[in-house]
Amino acid sequence: MAWFKRDKDSIQDPVPPEERRVRTEGMWEKCASCRKIIWKKDLDANWQVCPKCDHHFKLSAVRRLELLLDDGIWNEHDANLSSTDPLEFTDTRAYKQRLIDAHKKLGMRDAIITAEGRIEGRPAIVCAMEFGFIGGSMGAVVGEKVTRAIELATSKREPLVIVSCSGGARMMEGTTSLMQLAKVSGALSRLDDARLPYISVLTDPTTGGVTASYAMLGDLNIAEPGALIGFAGPRVIEQTIRQKLPAGFQRSEFLLQHGFLDAIVPRKELKAYLANALNFFLS
Amino acid sequence: MKNPKRASASPKRSFDNPKSALETLEQDLEALRLRTGLAVANPDELDRLRADVAALKREFYANLSPWQRTQLARHQNRPYPLDYIRLLFEDFSEIYGDRLFGDDSAMIAGMARFHGRPCVVLGQQKGRDTRQRLARNFGQAKPEGYRKALRVMRLAAKFGRPIFTLIDTPGAYPGIDAEERGQAEAIARNLREMMRLPVPILVTITGEGGSGGALAIAVGDRIHMLENSIYSVISPEGCASIMWRDAGKAELAAGALRITAPDLLSLGLIDEIIPEPEGGAHHDHVAAAALLDPVLVRNLDELDGLAVGQMLDRRYQKFRHMGQFFEELPV
Ligand SMILES: [Zn+2]
Repeated sequence: MAWFKRDKDSIQDPVPPEERRVRTEGMWEKCASCRKIIWKKDLDANWQVCPKCDHHFKLSAVRRLELLLDDGIWNEHDANLSSTDPLEFTDTRAYKQRLIDAHKKLGMRDAIITAEGRIEGRPAIVCAMEFGFIGGSMGAVVGEKVTRAIELATSKREPLVIVSCSGGARMMEGTTSLMQLAKVSGALSRLDDARLPYISVLTDPTTGGVTASYAMLGDLNIAEPGALIGFAGPRVIEQTIRQKLPAGFQRSEFLLQHGFLDAIVPRKELKAYLANALNFFLS
Repeated sequence: MKNPKRASASPKRSFDNPKSALETLEQDLEALRLRTGLAVANPDELDRLRADVAALKREFYANLSPWQRTQLARHQNRPYPLDYIRLLFEDFSEIYGDRLFGDDSAMIAGMARFHGRPCVVLGQQKGRDTRQRLARNFGQAKPEGYRKALRVMRLAAKFGRPIFTLIDTPGAYPGIDAEERGQAEAIARNLREMMRLPVPILVTITGEGGSGGALAIAVGDRIHMLENSIYSVISPEGCASIMWRDAGKAELAAGALRITAPDLLSLGLIDEIIPEPEGGAHHDHVAAAALLDPVLVRNLDELDGLAVGQMLDRRYQKFRHMGQFFEELPV
């Protein structure tokens, strides 16, 4: 991580304070919850959880797998699957260009990593969504990769964990994206028939077509604290009902209260929770 | 009698504005009728002109823009599920409520007979006037609607009755109460459960197939779309306001999203297009139902010929193969 180095350099460099300000820009993060300023490296060392107030920032798919899988090691599957841009969709920018930009930024071909690794010694299929890739949206590639992961869990008789972080179905692939909801949910019906555990982890945000398919179909549906979780986005609801939404609406705690989450688990306890739950299901 | 305009109005000619070409032809026809008077001096010419008009009309309706089809799909006189039920099914007996929270009148479900055979039929019901629209919540179901649908479909499965679903909704209702009662969970559960219900499921998109709220009763063995229906991940207006930040770009979005029946057939997402009477289903409900009926009969017959395991496997594979992607990195 190059910015660790730059950080050290800037401290050692005898630069005037105003110049240092410019050069250190981008190294700070203001916490959306407690408004305190945090060093980005501290935040990353703390798995993107605010050291001052425990606010959960978004965690990248790679870091998520490092958090959950033993020794930070996994076998990635289907990393080369990429979108065909079936509709040749263009709005203010070409979808093809958005895909290229996201790939350049993240080195990923689409918005999910599907992998096989171990959770406290137990082999598991684990998928982690990447919000940085077009809002973690689900098109044909995400739908296919998740379906293959579920089918692999079914055939290898291994438990499945999917960590969702998504704005929903990917508009730029049109109705094909919508059909991924049915495809993935269908694969989950077979995993269910095979009586294999599936734990769905909902993180901030999980909305739209991802919530209305695999994110809500776990044997356990658990969420990180304070995550936005819903079917319709808050703005759409506000426009429909023409009134302000109550505080805390569609947050993890709201869903728990209304009976749609089995537990809220802080990020640092997530791996232990998963290991324990899988032991309950499988040992 | 020679009509100099005739050649230029031939349906083979490519035209930018079929509507005005049609109007010109109709004016020609009227002029001819006036000139010939009651005697009809040249009946052959009159017949040819009439045939031209009919051909142009067919071509016009075959080449509607995605936005024009969206308007037809939403037409307030379009037949709704209760109209098709009245015209195609006998002895309909509505089943209300999800036995968990309440009844949802945006979703109708019930027992019926199809050509004498007991079945279950369900669909989203819009209202035709303001009072009905409010009562039906504009055809936007809440969780209790999807849960009622699943309850009735399970009843069909238990007693081995086929399921017909008729899709016509702008989408699942986006409101506080719907979220509180788990809109996403209700839809997700239906998707998973419909994939394994051991009875034939015949899905017909009759009007608007609005995203997850449509799909929640649209997982089945056969997916049919009426010629002027649409099926989309998001409404053209919603897409326009997000992607162009301008809801006025809906016409553009309707084209970009490829939501018409021919588009979806070519993308491999539906099985068959049901033709509509000339000018659209709203012109003639009886004719529209009559065009749908034989398709349902034929497909139910085909599904009857399959063992349950085979039928479920094909249902799974149908959705399994939706969506294309590159397997290897592009060079
Ligand atoms: Zn904080």
